Amino acid sequence: MKDYTYDKRKYIMAGTVLFVLAVYVIQLFNLQINSDEYKSKADSNAFYKKTVYPARGLMYDRNGKLVVYNQPSYDITFVPREIKGIDTLELCKALDITLEEFDARMKVIKDKRHNPGYSQYTEQEFLTQLSGEEFAKFQEKMFRFPGFYVRKRSIRQYNYKAAGVLLGDIGEVSQKRIDKDPYYRRGDYIGTQGLESSYEEVLRGKKGVEVLLRDARGRIQGKYRNGELDTLAERGKDLTLSLDIELQELGERLMKNKIGSIVAIEPSTGEILCMVSAPSYDPALLTGRQRGKNHQLLSKNKNKPLLNRAIMGTYPPGSTFKTSQAATFLQEGIITPETAFPCSGGFIFNNFKLGCHAHSSPTQLKPAIATSCNAYFCWGLHRMFGSSKYKGGTKEAMDRWRDYMVSMGFGYKLGIDLPGEVRGMIPNADYYTKHYGNYWRAVTVISIAIGQGEVTLTPLQIANLGATIANRGTYIPPHIVKGIEDGEIDSLYLTPKSTMVTPRVYQQIAEGMREAVTDGTCRAANIPGLDVCGKTGTAQNKGRDHSAFMGFAPMDNPKIAVAVYVENGGFGATFGVPIGALLMEKYLTGTLSPESEQKAKDIQNRTIYYGSGER
Amino acid sequence: MDQGRDSILSRIDKPALLLYALLAVMGWLAICGASHSYIETSFLEFFSQDERSGKQALWMGVSVMFGIFLLCIKKHTYRNLSGIIYLLMLAVCIITIFIAKDTKGSYSWIAIGSFKIQPAEFMKFATALTLAAFMGRRGFDIKNNSDFMKCAAIIVVPLLVIVAQNETGSALVYLSLFLVMYREGMTGIFLLMAISAVVYFVVGIKFNEEMFDNLSQAIGPYAVTVLIQLFSIAMVKFWCKNNRTFIVLLAVNLATTLASYWIAVYLIEFNILTVQYLLLTFDIAYLLIRTRLNKENKNLWIAIYIVGSIAFYNSCEYVMHNVLEKHQRTRIEVLLGLKDDLAGAGYNVHQSKIAIGSGGFLGKGFLNGTQTKLKYVPEQDTDFIFCTIGEEQGFLGSTFVLTVFVLFILRLVKLAERQGDIFGRVFGYALASIFFFHFTINIGMVIGIMPVIGIPLPFFSYGGSSFLGFSILLFTFLRIDADRDGAR
Repeated sequence: MKDYTYDKRKYIMAGTVLFVLAVYVIQLFNLQINSDEYKSKADSNAFYKKTVYPARGLMYDRNGKLVVYNQPSYDITFVPREIKGIDTLELCKALDITLEEFDARMKVIKDKRHNPGYSQYTEQEFLTQLSGEEFAKFQEKMFRFPGFYVRKRSIRQYNYKAAGVLLGDIGEVSQKRIDKDPYYRRGDYIGTQGLESSYEEVLRGKKGVEVLLRDARGRIQGKYRNGELDTLAERGKDLTLSLDIELQELGERLMKNKIGSIVAIEPSTGEILCMVSAPSYDPALLTGRQRGKNHQLLSKNKNKPLLNRAIMGTYPPGSTFKTSQAATFLQEGIITPETAFPCSGGFIFNNFKLGCHAHSSPTQLKPAIATSCNAYFCWGLHRMFGSSKYKGGTKEAMDRWRDYMVSMGFGYKLGIDLPGEVRGMIPNADYYTKHYGNYWRAVTVISIAIGQGEVTLTPLQIANLGATIANRGTYIPPHIVKGIEDGEIDSLYLTPKSTMVTPRVYQQIAEGMREAVTDGTCRAANIPGLDVCGKTGTAQNKGRDHSAFMGFAPMDNPKIAVAVYVENGGFGATFGVPIGALLMEKYLTGTLSPESEQKAKDIQNRTIYYGSGER
Repeated sequence: MDQGRDSILSRIDKPALLLYALLAVMGWLAICGASHSYIETSFLEFFSQDERSGKQALWMGVSVMFGIFLLCIKKHTYRNLSGIIYLLMLAVCIITIFIAKDTKGSYSWIAIGSFKIQPAEFMKFATALTLAAFMGRRGFDIKNNSDFMKCAAIIVVPLLVIVAQNETGSALVYLSLFLVMYREGMTGIFLLMAISAVVYFVVGIKFNEEMFDNLSQAIGPYAVTVLIQLFSIAMVKFWCKNNRTFIVLLAVNLATTLASYWIAVYLIEFNILTVQYLLLTFDIAYLLIRTRLNKENKNLWIAIYIVGSIAFYNSCEYVMHNVLEKHQRTRIEVLLGLKDDLAGAGYNVHQSKIAIGSGGFLGKGFLNGTQTKLKYVPEQDTDFIFCTIGEEQGFLGSTFVLTVFVLFILRLVKLAERQGDIFGRVFGYALASIFFFHFTINIGMVIGIMPVIGIPLPFFSYGGSSFLGFSILLFTFLRIDADRDGAR
């Protein structure tokens, strides 16, 4: 017997079931189609984008010698969960650390503020940048420390203990840089000084990404879709430096125990053959585990070894500057090669006297360069600034002079491919008017004619002056990288720049410099067969005179232009000339003669005492 | 003998069997997806006994064999044995409490060799069978208080035993059997009360502190007063069938509510909640008057319902903050969206929503889900198995699964309705109700609109006992259906 009383209730039952289905389908629609939120949350849950670091580009010198390369270094990591019950003391011994260091390191790792990625299940960095030897010691005992792992990275290695300040170093990227450049992530390395910094984008290559799957506990479970979405890392490009690394080594050797700088340029190309800043340091000091400590030591050193004096130091150029004056006066028609000025112990004008050393008088241009007569160039400037040629008087003459100087590459950065270059100082008329009011004359500023006074140059600018004379009036902005793998160097370093002076005039200067070597102040640089041209400089300053030399060789088709600047070295002939000569000999003949080698040893062993003051 | 078996086969309901097979296969594939580690393997390894999918396949085979055995037992045998089965299973369940080992706090598993069995899964079958047999007795009348109480006892006793096993989720399933009693004539007022209690609670707590945009009045308490009026007026309409009372109450409540709201917003603001309470007071008074005048007791009950509702709502607040423990309160608050507790109580559901949501329209493809495989979703192959379907099969696949499930339940309702006797119908409805309850709670939990109550999704969640238990329910019913009057 069937009971039909409550038959309609079957519709309520079925209706309820369908109602629930409808609600659930709507909710599914909301979750799966109406919102992207869950999709992106799922991705950040599951995908671990592991960076694949490319090998950094290498550096070769101009002769193809490998200067900078990469070597594997080892990071020791551990998984906190897995290291229960290891012998801590034994571990410290194997890693050459103290128990206190161990405890301190563990504390930092477990502090979520310092180490936001801390997890019991994932690898934590314990020690980084162990060398091969350090790692070998640990590896022998590694089986006793389950839960400890090794990760290979690479650090910079150097074949020569030279050119530290040029090559620069790499360190962890700063937060400021990360904010500016999204390429970088925390913990990435970046070139921080020297070429490593200025060629960072060439050397670093391109990072690759591996898309890995990460489970709920942070453990890696393998590649996503067999690596379909991975991108390969691109190796950094190699650099060929214009440096001659052996010449660089010699330069650094000669500058031992002295402060100063050497710059050698190939005049025809603007390529820098060596650039020494003394005191120098071994670039290997700034790699590996000791980097931080060594960096602090170097930066605290009062002689500032981290300062590249060749481009960051500004000095009075002294008499080396006289060549630029001679070129200016000749070009402007103030003097001719035959013009002679008297010199009886110096430049004397009314009550003003600027002294000179003993030599025959009166002198013409070339002997004036050869003997480095102060009076000659003072008279020249005096005549130029008093010339009726300039309608605006002294001020116009001053600015005209300044334009010449600027055209020779002074007063502004030359644009070398290293960070931190400074511009030096070439005053103009306004500068003096501000200083002296309207009543200044040639005699007021006369010392600029002999490279003193307000004029300052960097050693690079002095060397570039030598290269300009060697080229008889043109220069290519000096640079230290001559080739980039699969790339081109900046067109700036391929285009010659002309000064306001004609080649004919520069020929006169070159002859004067030749005479300085054969008969004048630079006789010590007279190497038979090399036709050296040179100019000494003895720059006055608060302390003992700076010893300077600027020259090139051979006289025709010069291959090398050199500037040497030794702080407080005394006469130019004392340090500047012999150092410059040794470098030219080494570069042009490929070696040093036995006598020269002996001379090099003498110079290398001579110490200049600089006192204990901050420099 | 041969002839008999053939005729049984031909009398079995093919659509139900087909839907069962479809659900079982889809469930097994979901377990493959959820339990499978990410490393590529050959398909055969899914049958390895080291994999959960392999174990489940074995259990599925066992279940089908058992099902065939059950199909061979005649309907009246089931009916006759129901009492014994019920008492036997009840005894086993009670013994289990004492001999079971602690499994995540629950005492519901018996280990037989390397197999672990959860007797509670078979208790559902015993209870459904006994309920059907009892209600199918000659002279049974659900309106009879003694009969009703006995029915309730059949349901509540195993429920309490399973609560004692610390399997609260599974115990709640027995409540679904009250749906069967509703179909058999139990007054709907109990269901309505249960539903309205849930609605008051959810609406009241969720909007407790949210204010009207244009009034300084919290939405929660106001909405509950309006809902009480709606429910009681609906009861007057559908239960008392007294049109006059209905029209009076509807007119007074509707007009007053709208007018007071309009005045408060556009003319002068005042406490509109007070107006609602005054209205409810009026409703109670009016219903009492009708009771007195018409001698209609139903009106009295509705008046009591209104008083009870007001009391219930106001005690909810108290219970929420003074009775419930912190983790229980957090669960409720997370569910109602009042709180984000992604590391704690909300973690499962949050991860589950991420997994499903990341599936998109078409899904990531079989075995390609990342969230489930990388174990972001806990219990991903048992209670949260639907995540895997959502992630790997997308909106299309998961909607398909839901639809097949609902078709299966509706088919059971249809089969239940075609039974010639109350025994068969009650058993069919018990089945449909149990499946419906599991479906609603499990899917609702996984997609984040039901509280986290750990019960499996039939035929999908990993677990031999539950698969076998649900299969036993189905196959028994298929035989009962095959033996129905007029089927032969």
